[in-house]
Amino acid sequence: MQPLNWTTVCDLDDIAPNTGVCALFEEQQVAIFRIGKTEQLYAIDNVDPFGKASVLSRGLIGDCDGDIVVASPLYKQQFKLKNGQCIEDESVKLKTFAIRAHGGQIQLGLPH
Amino acid sequence: MRQQKIIVVGNGMVGHKFIDNLIQHPDYAQYQILTFSEEPRLAYDRVKLSSYFSGSTVDDLMLTSSDYYDEHGVQFIVNDKVTDIDKAAKQITTASGRVESYDKLVLATGSFPFVPPIPGKDSPHCLVYRTIEDLEAITASAAESKVGVVVGGGLLGLECANALHELKLEAHVVEFAPRLMAVQLDEGGGNVLSRKIQALGVSVHCEKNTKEIVAGETLRYRMNFADGSHLETDMIVFSAGIRPQDELARQFDLTIGERGGIVIDDNCLTSDPNIYAVGECALWQNRIFGLVAPGYTMAKAAVSHLTGGDVLFQGADMSTKLKLLGVDVASIGDAHAQSPGALTYTYMNDVEGIYKRIVVNPEKTQLLGAVLIGDTEAYGNLLTMTLESMPLPEQPEILILPALDGAPSAALGVNALPDTAQICSCHDVTKGDLVCAIQDGATDLGSLKSCSKAGTGCGGCTAMVGQVLNAELEKMGVEVNDHLCSHFAYSRQELYDIIRSKQIKTFDALLAEYGEGSGCMVCKPAIGSILATHWNEYVLSDDHIQLQDTNDIFLANMQRDGTYSVVPRIAAGEITPKQLIALGQIGEKYDLYTKITGGQRIDFFGAQLHELPPIWDELIAAGFETGHAYGKSLRTVKSCVGSTWCRFGMMDSVTMAVNLEMRYKGLRSPHKLKMGVSGCTRECAEAQGKDIGIIATDKGWNLYVCGNGGMKPRHADLFASDLDDATLIQYIDRILMFYCRTADRLQRTSVWMDNMEGGLDYLKSVIIDDKLAIGSDLEQDMARVVDTYECEWKKTLNSPERLKRFAHFINSPATDDSLVYEADRGQNKARIATPVTEDIIETVTVD
Ligand code: SRM
Ligand SMILES: Cc1cc2nc3c(=O)[nH]c(=O)nc-3n(C[C@H](O)[C@H](O)[C@H](O)COP(=O)(O)OP(=O)(O)OC[C@H]3O[C@@H](n4cnc5c(N)ncnc54)[C@H](O)[C@@H]3O)c2cc1C
Ligand code: SF4
Ligand code: FES
Repeated sequence: MQPLNWTTVCDLDDIAPNTGVCALFEEQQVAIFRIGKTEQLYAIDNVDPFGKASVLSRGLIGDCDGDIVVASPLYKQQFKLKNGQCIEDESVKLKTFAIRAHGGQIQLGLPH
Repeated sequence: MRQQKIIVVGNGMVGHKFIDNLIQHPDYAQYQILTFSEEPRLAYDRVKLSSYFSGSTVDDLMLTSSDYYDEHGVQFIVNDKVTDIDKAAKQITTASGRVESYDKLVLATGSFPFVPPIPGKDSPHCLVYRTIEDLEAITASAAESKVGVVVGGGLLGLECANALHELKLEAHVVEFAPRLMAVQLDEGGGNVLSRKIQALGVSVHCEKNTKEIVAGETLRYRMNFADGSHLETDMIVFSAGIRPQDELARQFDLTIGERGGIVIDDNCLTSDPNIYAVGECALWQNRIFGLVAPGYTMAKAAVSHLTGGDVLFQGADMSTKLKLLGVDVASIGDAHAQSPGALTYTYMNDVEGIYKRIVVNPEKTQLLGAVLIGDTEAYGNLLTMTLESMPLPEQPEILILPALDGAPSAALGVNALPDTAQICSCHDVTKGDLVCAIQDGATDLGSLKSCSKAGTGCGGCTAMVGQVLNAELEKMGVEVNDHLCSHFAYSRQELYDIIRSKQIKTFDALLAEYGEGSGCMVCKPAIGSILATHWNEYVLSDDHIQLQDTNDIFLANMQRDGTYSVVPRIAAGEITPKQLIALGQIGEKYDLYTKITGGQRIDFFGAQLHELPPIWDELIAAGFETGHAYGKSLRTVKSCVGSTWCRFGMMDSVTMAVNLEMRYKGLRSPHKLKMGVSGCTRECAEAQGKDIGIIATDKGWNLYVCGNGGMKPRHADLFASDLDDATLIQYIDRILMFYCRTADRLQRTSVWMDNMEGGLDYLKSVIIDDKLAIGSDLEQDMARVVDTYECEWKKTLNSPERLKRFAHFINSPATDDSLVYEADRGQNKARIATPVTEDIIETVTVD
């Protein structure tokens, strides 16, 4: 695997456990979620492909048959955080981004 | 493969339904449809024909259009009557001389009004009531007339009399039988109806056999009756029944019933295997069905047979409920008690013009039929009991007796709805359609929605679809659990009790001990709501923020483009000019679309996330506080101006409304709560459409409960009369807390009441008689909520850490660049994203 080039976007503490925020990264809107009080993080496209608005970071997080999902705040379609797959519509899959916690900060990654 | 050619004779309601069902069929490509209409237009809604008098246009009534038919390759010819069938050659001929051949022929020729053979019946201004052209003729004749007579006191006749009455004619109904609506009503019912109708200004003449129509002395005509009496009138409309339009079938040798009607079997096939008949022209087991719903079922069966399916027509229930001239009338099943040994119970109240009768079997175990005049509230209940052969209560008379103290009333919830009740208005799906789909195997919400289409338009009916599903599964013997979701094996009420008795304060603590997994979009907001009702802690605290859905999480209502609306509280709709100016300035400064809501307050739309705190800063500085438009909580208490200004006001309804709004603001509940206070019975605050409604009397306050506007409007029930202020508040405290404890998630008080075992009387016994001995407990719980109220926005503005979240990007001051506004009538409006036609997912917030 190629090494990634990491960019810090915010502090881990900026995200309340089990909620999301939106970051501007490489001119894209990225939804970042933090699971529990842990450093388990996910990053997916912030644009809801059904409602066509940039809102996914404001959705509710839950689990659906063991997968962690976010429900769009607009019309409630759910997306798996690990791979962006929409539960209700197989043909819809959101872009995901590399993400990590590093020294109390949250970083998004791009291949060199 | 060669397409099969289908000719549909008659493009009325049922003919069109047949065509539409075939279009929707997956194998439609194998068919080619041609339809003929004798009328000058394609199918229209004959059932709503009378609305043409009250302003509907032909376009409003149309059921289809040439565009729709063109789009689906349906050929159609209007204004041309089919006059000849050659069964051997499989050909038809029309009045204009067209000859067309068919593989299958569908007769959907409907019926025609029967005009009794009375001398003079063909004179000008002697009309019938069936088509748009007939209505045009009636309107024209009414313009030259003062008095109008309808011959026939059946359903249609009375509808027609109403139309004449509305056209400002002096209206009369002449009926041959001894009473009105002889088919549906028994004698007692017919009499009560007739009295009520006369009171409205329509004269009723029963047992009149019209002998002849001759020139009148004072008016255009005189009708001479067999008993020697007469009646003068300017116009006459015959509505003496309908006859199946079976002329074609008669001429061309299809089997016809003794008294008319084209004989069909369960597949709607006539005696010729290539000819179907559907709708009012068809005779099934010696019965004609003069209503549209059975016709639609026939259309379904015929399409099914044609395409190799197995849906049969197996008769239909002819029960009816309607409002005639403003009078509620209903008839169910064996209304005439003709079944052998049938027994009846009758309740008659001359004072209020109410008549109710039920017909039961000799063993008194089953309901066979009913007649209701003046009060048809029990219709749904009684119909279900009849159709489903549900067991009767031990004393069947309680079904029709007015609720007296202590009498239990049955709680049936959605079971009380008849099969014909429309559940989904976007896709016209009835309860019956859902029930069929469930019986055909759609036993989870997802598949029920995708196969019936219900709930896939605006999504508003989803909860009701879920209720029908559960009720049906229960009937099928499937155990339906009331668990909140897969993470908690408890009902909402059980979880409420656990939280209360075990003093649990957070979702995580509850999950650790009583749940599994990590929660979902169903249980998180529901438990967030219970915790908020019971402990009333700040909803954006670290422990609770993860539970808040779309709106609560930013204390504002999300709009279609991801921006928010802002609604400050304007208690009771009362606002000073100064506050109005402040609102105007804030709206202008942030360029917010501004609108007066249906709840007597002002809503700003189009605020971006980062604008919410500064907007609220200014609102709070101007003396406003949050209006909780985002919460499942008290919204508004609507008020009328009451005795402070109104010359009819009995009490100060504004002060009461302000007090109630101030008391209950911030109370998180299973669903939103609305209240209304009116100063007198004129009810300008529409209190009887609210969860809690209050109307001033000259002795105190009348309290109404469990009303609802919205999707399934429900008139509130009178709970107690002439209360003083303190008792009123005490009762409301108790009722609201009892609702918070026992209702299901997202259940409005109206649905809560409809599902309550024992109904209104039970609620009274709990609240007024304190039967469960929890009255003071409920009051204490409410007192805690009232005492711990805090404006959530004020609190948020004081928490810098919370405010960080109110930015579009966590790492940039930039704003959402996908927002584009258009101006309309001087204000911004949201950009329209491509409309969402996909499934709108079940549940949670549409708050
Ligand atoms: C703003 C307003 C319409 C307006 O422009 O006037 C409105 C707007 C919304 N209504 Fe409403 N309703 C508004 C008055 C009403 C009324 C009239 C009334 O209160 O007198 C009703 C019928 C009365 C009733 O509730 O019994 C009403 C029945 C509904 C319903 C159906 C509820 C039901 O029980 O069937 C929903 C859907 C729901 O709650 O699940 C709904 C849901 C909504 C939502 C929240 C839908 C959503 O999730 O986006 C809308 C967003 C509000 C916002 O501010 O963004 N709204 N809504 C009204 C706000 C009143 C206020 O000041 O708070
Ligand atoms: C005022 C009024 C109120 C009503 N209210 C209700 C109600 O509240 N509830 C309810 O369930 N029902 C009601 N009905 C009855 C309902 O309208 C009928 O049950 C329904 O229209 C029957 O549909 P159909 O297709 O069988 O017949 P129709 O709708 O009458 O259609 C038959 C069509 O075939 C055409 N036709 C006939 N012969 C030929 C031919 N040889 N060639 C070409 N075309 C031909 C006719 O011109 C007509 O357009 C009402 C009816 C009226 C008139
Ligand atoms: S309800 Fe009665 S008191 Fe209130 S405004 Fe209307 S008429 Fe006046
Ligand atoms: S009413 Fe069912 S989806 Fe709109």
